[in-house]
Amino acid sequence: MSARDQILSGIARARGSAADRAAVEERIARHQRNLIPSRADLPPAERVALFAHMALENAATVAEVATPADVPPAVRDFLAGHNLPARVKLAPDPSITGIDWSVVPTLETATGRAADADVTSVTAAMAGIAETGTLMLAGGPDSPTTLNFLPDNHIVVLRRDQVLGNYEEAWDLIRARFGEGAMPRTVNMVTGPSRTGDIEQTIQLGAHGPRRLHIILVGGDGGP
Amino acid sequence: MMQPQSHRFVEAAREAVDDQRLKKALGNMKAGFQNKRAATIAKLPEFQDLREQGRQLKDHVLAHLDAYLERFEAKVEESGGKVHWARTAGEAREAVAAICRAAGARTVTKGKSMVAEEIGLNEHLIAEGFTPIETDLGEYIIQLRGELPSHIIAPAIHLNREDVEETFRAHHTGLDPKRRLIEVPDFTNEARLILRQKFQEADVGITGANFLIAETGSTVIVTNEGNGDLTQNLPRVHVVVTSIDKVIPTLEDVSTLLRLLARSATGQEFSAYTTFSTGPKRPGDLDGPDAFHVVLVDNGRSALLGTEAQDVLRCIRCGACMNHCPVYGAIGGHAYGWVVPGPIGAALDPGIIGVKEARHLPNASTFCGKCAEVCPMKIPLPKIMHHWRVKEFETRVQPAKYRRGIGLWAFFARRPGLYRLGSRLGMALLGRLGRRRGRFRSLPLAGAWTRYRDFPAPEGGTFMAQYRKSGKAGQ
Repeated sequence: MSARDQILSGIARARGSAADRAAVEERIARHQRNLIPSRADLPPAERVALFAHMALENAATVAEVATPADVPPAVRDFLAGHNLPARVKLAPDPSITGIDWSVVPTLETATGRAADADVTSVTAAMAGIAETGTLMLAGGPDSPTTLNFLPDNHIVVLRRDQVLGNYEEAWDLIRARFGEGAMPRTVNMVTGPSRTGDIEQTIQLGAHGPRRLHIILVGGDGGP
Repeated sequence: MMQPQSHRFVEAAREAVDDQRLKKALGNMKAGFQNKRAATIAKLPEFQDLREQGRQLKDHVLAHLDAYLERFEAKVEESGGKVHWARTAGEAREAVAAICRAAGARTVTKGKSMVAEEIGLNEHLIAEGFTPIETDLGEYIIQLRGELPSHIIAPAIHLNREDVEETFRAHHTGLDPKRRLIEVPDFTNEARLILRQKFQEADVGITGANFLIAETGSTVIVTNEGNGDLTQNLPRVHVVVTSIDKVIPTLEDVSTLLRLLARSATGQEFSAYTTFSTGPKRPGDLDGPDAFHVVLVDNGRSALLGTEAQDVLRCIRCGACMNHCPVYGAIGGHAYGWVVPGPIGAALDPGIIGVKEARHLPNASTFCGKCAEVCPMKIPLPKIMHHWRVKEFETRVQPAKYRRGIGLWAFFARRPGLYRLGSRLGMALLGRLGRRRGRFRSLPLAGAWTRYRDFPAPEGGTFMAQYRKSGKAGQ
């Protein structure tokens, strides 16, 4: 008997009955929501405010701009503010590459996956989650996962109307986009920059991933 | 395989209590873990209800574990991955080594995985000619030192900065010997620099998994450093080493457990990185591994199903029980002699390494109950330790001295008249001998007590005598 069959039959023996596959399939097909904390049950503008507040609590920084055209100047300001080279690696996502980056002529841009030499990346997000100030980034040809981890600085462009209340709303979004039971190859839920507490339990930012996480929220103040 | 040293617990605990450096390192735990957890939980009014849902959810999974595992396997294969089943630690580490051989690997990077520690993976990979490199900062430090993790989420919690400085200076010999290693960033930057090269060199990346999702065939890791993501995205092959108790039905279900995990573990609202991986690189992807393997380890877990210890399989490895345990707080994790220390170790390890090897661990408890109180999955840890104590007695693994002692006590406990007579005589004798000083510096048969504190001399009669005198008996 194979290891697989031996493990599975051992489990069935301990229970004393055959597996109830129907119950399992039913639960998965229904994917019912469990208790969801009420903290993010808010009107849109307040939900975005909660998202920004929670992101700041987690040591991310947030800039708000009115339109996608304002993103390049916001990127320039962030880089200048931290004395970083005016060079960014862009995700090949149409929402990022579709921006006219030439409005900031001093900013050098390249597109693709991250290489070791890339100091700053700019990516899109699939959603923001107000509950904990978490970004949801879906990997794919348009959004190489290495951009989220290799560069020292990660800039994420997020529209205000992409800010959801809780994780469950983001799963529904993924099901709507990829189909039932399907996932992008990677889904990264990112809450602040990289950190470690492994030396004397002192929190230190920038362990292996980005030292800085900068979120550019796009959309007028009047709501999402 | 790393040999468990749990049979040495009594000696190891005694050494740990006298270790001043260890005492200093463990002193950070209250501010670092306990207070942060309490503050974060206070901000989430639904926390207690989430615990109850988490408990019900895992009980449901354990009742249908085989069906969920088969469902998970089918989804992994649908997404182009492969599942390997391992009954024992030996089968598991050989499955990983075979994948590394087939990939023609040399350097293997690793994210933190307690299952990999449990199966003794690094030693086996080294013996097979591979170079495994731990990338979680704490795991990296203890790998350099040749130690086991002393905590499941903070593997180097037993060390101070001075200890890490010694280790880095001894191993990073290519760096300037006069460099500064004082502040915390000095250490994290040095490790970042060294490990960046390793991430790029690696042929295979091994991670653990916090959860496996039956709905989608995804594996989930929860980290703060981002090392796990670099480990699994840069090499050609990603191997997930995990155990059968990690499977969860749906994305909604994992959300419930994620709301409990970080808050219970580090007191964060959410960890920095929660990553869902589903299969290998897809057409058009610019990065990601060409192959995706999941090694599903049993190693004694399925044998706990249907026993009084089954509830330990609800554990989500947050470490809250050890963060709040007075015994762990006094001796740290190494004294437990095995990968999972603290209360959850005392409840789990006898099932993994055997009742005989782990016999001391379920006894290393004051039964104060704090572990069960903070456990996000409501595991009745003291009750399970009690179950193992009974098993130990039944299987006669305790030393003859213990067994004779318990046997003697049981003889009197079953004969109340004799018991009362004996205690009356004993108390009268001790009361008379100790009348002058009021306490004993040493007492025959009570050396373990009087070594650290005096034993008070009894005054007056036995409890039963006083009870009768107060007129309450028989009411």
